[in-house]
Amino acid sequence: MQARPAHIRNPVKNLGAEKEQAAVLTPETEIELAEMLSAASAPLRVQGGGTRPIGRPVVGEVLSMADMRGIELYEPGALTIVVKAGTPLADVEAALAAENQRLPFEPMDHRSLMGTEGVPTIGGVVAANVSGPRRIQAGACRDSLIGVRFVDGRGRIMKNGGRVMKNVTGYDLVKLMAGSYGTLGVLSELSFKVLPGVAATACLRLRGLDDETAVAAMAAALGSPFEVSGAAHTPNGPDGDPVTMLRVEGFEASVAYRAGRLQALLDPFGQAEIETRLAADQGAFGAGAGAIWRWVRDVDGFKGKDGDVWRISVKPTDAPGLVAKLDARDVLYDWGGGLVWALVPGGTDLRAKLVDFAGHATLIRASKDTRARLPVFHPEAAPIAALSAGLRKQFDPKGILNPGLMGGEV
Amino acid sequence: MEMPTPDPAILAKKSAVVARLTSVLPKDAVIHEEAGTRAYECDALTAYKCPPMVVVLPSTTQEVVAVLKICNEMGVPVVPRGSGTSLAGGALPTADSVILGVARLNDVLETDYQNRIIRVQSGRTNLSVTGAVEEDGFFYAPDPSSQLACAIAGNIAMNSGGAHCLKYGVTTNNLLGVTLVTMDGQVMEIGGAHLDAAGYDLLGLVCGSEGQLGVVTEATLRILPKPEGARPVLIGFDDNETAGACVADIIKAGVLPVAIEFMDRLCIETTEKFANAGYPDCNALLIVEVEGSEAEIDEQLGVILQIARKYDPVELRESKSAEESAKIWLGRKSAFGAVGQINDYMCLDGTIPVSSLPYVLRRIGEMSKEFGLEVGNVFHAGDGNMHPLILFDANKPGDLEICEAFGAEILKLCVEVGGCLTGEHGVGIEKRDLMTAQFTPEDLELQMQVKDVFDPAWLLNPAKVFPLEASASRRTLAA
Repeated sequence: MQARPAHIRNPVKNLGAEKEQAAVLTPETEIELAEMLSAASAPLRVQGGGTRPIGRPVVGEVLSMADMRGIELYEPGALTIVVKAGTPLADVEAALAAENQRLPFEPMDHRSLMGTEGVPTIGGVVAANVSGPRRIQAGACRDSLIGVRFVDGRGRIMKNGGRVMKNVTGYDLVKLMAGSYGTLGVLSELSFKVLPGVAATACLRLRGLDDETAVAAMAAALGSPFEVSGAAHTPNGPDGDPVTMLRVEGFEASVAYRAGRLQALLDPFGQAEIETRLAADQGAFGAGAGAIWRWVRDVDGFKGKDGDVWRISVKPTDAPGLVAKLDARDVLYDWGGGLVWALVPGGTDLRAKLVDFAGHATLIRASKDTRARLPVFHPEAAPIAALSAGLRKQFDPKGILNPGLMGGEV
Repeated sequence: MEMPTPDPAILAKKSAVVARLTSVLPKDAVIHEEAGTRAYECDALTAYKCPPMVVVLPSTTQEVVAVLKICNEMGVPVVPRGSGTSLAGGALPTADSVILGVARLNDVLETDYQNRIIRVQSGRTNLSVTGAVEEDGFFYAPDPSSQLACAIAGNIAMNSGGAHCLKYGVTTNNLLGVTLVTMDGQVMEIGGAHLDAAGYDLLGLVCGSEGQLGVVTEATLRILPKPEGARPVLIGFDDNETAGACVADIIKAGVLPVAIEFMDRLCIETTEKFANAGYPDCNALLIVEVEGSEAEIDEQLGVILQIARKYDPVELRESKSAEESAKIWLGRKSAFGAVGQINDYMCLDGTIPVSSLPYVLRRIGEMSKEFGLEVGNVFHAGDGNMHPLILFDANKPGDLEICEAFGAEILKLCVEVGGCLTGEHGVGIEKRDLMTAQFTPEDLELQMQVKDVFDPAWLLNPAKVFPLEASASRRTLAA
């Protein structure tokens, strides 16, 4: 065996759930990363902090981006931040909070749901296109991402987009890279559009609604001009009963006004309780109105419960009908019903129960066997699958980047 | 701007192409006589003209499929066309091409207020999408200046923006699904009424691909509830730097206006003569608009005015009525038309980091003297999307070339300070040969490899986006 270059370190670092004995590649610069990928001929498992082990099991040496970290540029007056992909998410959020700004898309922390440890990285957030409750108002991770640098499977250093909000120069590979789980390239640098933080947050709660009524209530709220930034429902809330939650954020007086108007609008569905918190009184996620949205964001209701976790994206009004077919142990509706989290007995083929539906279901948490047996990502129609496979071949002709993670030929 | 020489072999089979197209389309949907094709010789980049070989106007997705299959089999390039309002030459034909116009695909297929979506055929105009839902209190957010005429198909092809995207985003942020027909005639549904992709984000890739990956025949769009109200404020300054600093401070303060528009002296004076909007005599002018209830608007404008006062504005005009609001917007909205009245002009579309605004404006002023052509600046300041208007005389030999060279220098400057060549108009032919200023050969190669996947023979809008030299070997594959 040849001597390893200095940047390939042994022994193994602790990298989350699937720790096999494998050497770890830890590039510190983009050029090093490019050299590694250009030289590689065997499969690599690309990792940020290893806290989101989503996808089919992948065999191969771990390529950890944890050593490529740091904020490259932050211009609060331009609402933009540029960071290296291995930067801990917490560092990014702290830098933004210091200027009273934030990532618009409210990325979920998967650790409690997945039972993982480690430090979530911003690159991992992008690779999995992770968004939270504010996605319905502010868009997904892919909508705030305005630029990427990455190294493709041939070892070519690529850039797309930039650090300006409006940019239609050439094809939008930025969107393509978001949610491609490291199968098209290894992200090295990311630019985001950010938003001002808010002075106040109000949470309206309706109790005891059945799923269908709850989705109708959320639709009424989201169809109003009162700028709802969160709309979630569960038949099994923190205290065990059905609860439907709506969030408004902004300046204090405006929040009070809109919460009041929403309360009146929702009157046919019951008397909504309003709880308001001021940013001045709490951290980003303190008690009350903040904590409940973190509970929604991280699907904390499933914490400590056995079973497989599926994430279903649907047209909101279709959601209750689909949930009725699932026989789930627990469910959480986010995005006004457009996102359904379902906890089902281990090994369940949830798609078989739903048959044909408009939308898609992803198997987020399951045993390795189940993830090897059932497609983790929703099977695509044949012509679309062919395009995906074609792209994969262009970006990674050697098939070394997380091969098989997304199933099929990708 | 060069275009590839038409392929004589394709021109020679014109009658066969026409015969086959006529066999799958109604007679009036195939235009092949010069009197008819001339109407399609250019888009809004009128400096470049070339009638296509044939024009087809399909009315259904199936007719689009039939057309593309025939052109694919016969090796004929296809140039998709929305309403022909592209300022970048995105719909400019070549003499050996078939223009595929979507003007007859203009139905609303479904409106769904519970789920806040509308599904339309892609030839529908931007403004008429809002028109279909506004009585029920909704609107479609992207609002390009050409919204009265431009088609959703073109908006998707160019990922169009508008004045209000600081808050609502551009087309890609408001597009949920498309029906796409690829060059080989395959139909695919990408996205739909649900959010985000199951696998790779092909929707995000298709949006902004300038008609090079497929033809969009239907689209699912996000519609939003109309805000309770909106009100602009007009702020005049002595110089551009102060205006730029004020913009950055407003953004930092946590207010998110729906629009921050900027005009410089040349544009202020010209529009004032033309539209009589009552603009103040100053060097730089901002229009900042916020939305919400009356009280919310007061609160936000209060913050904005407080910031503006720190910069010693020469004018601070808060609208007191709908008429006053309309008047504040009147000048801005007639700016392009006003400048067009006094002169020929070229409208650029680079984007820069907001922090570079004062520097870039100063450099443009210096370059204006070097090139001997005047420039007016009117743009979306909140997101750094600039629209310098270079004045030239189309009847004066050589003036267009000087203007293009000047424009190229401004766009290179945009890239130099960390911005890009085009913020919302697209590359088309206009910025095609400047792409190397922003991208490395490898960046461009990967983008062309994406096109290889969707359109291996490079028949869809082939002479756009990429420098002709870079795409040459792929385009000649088709012949």
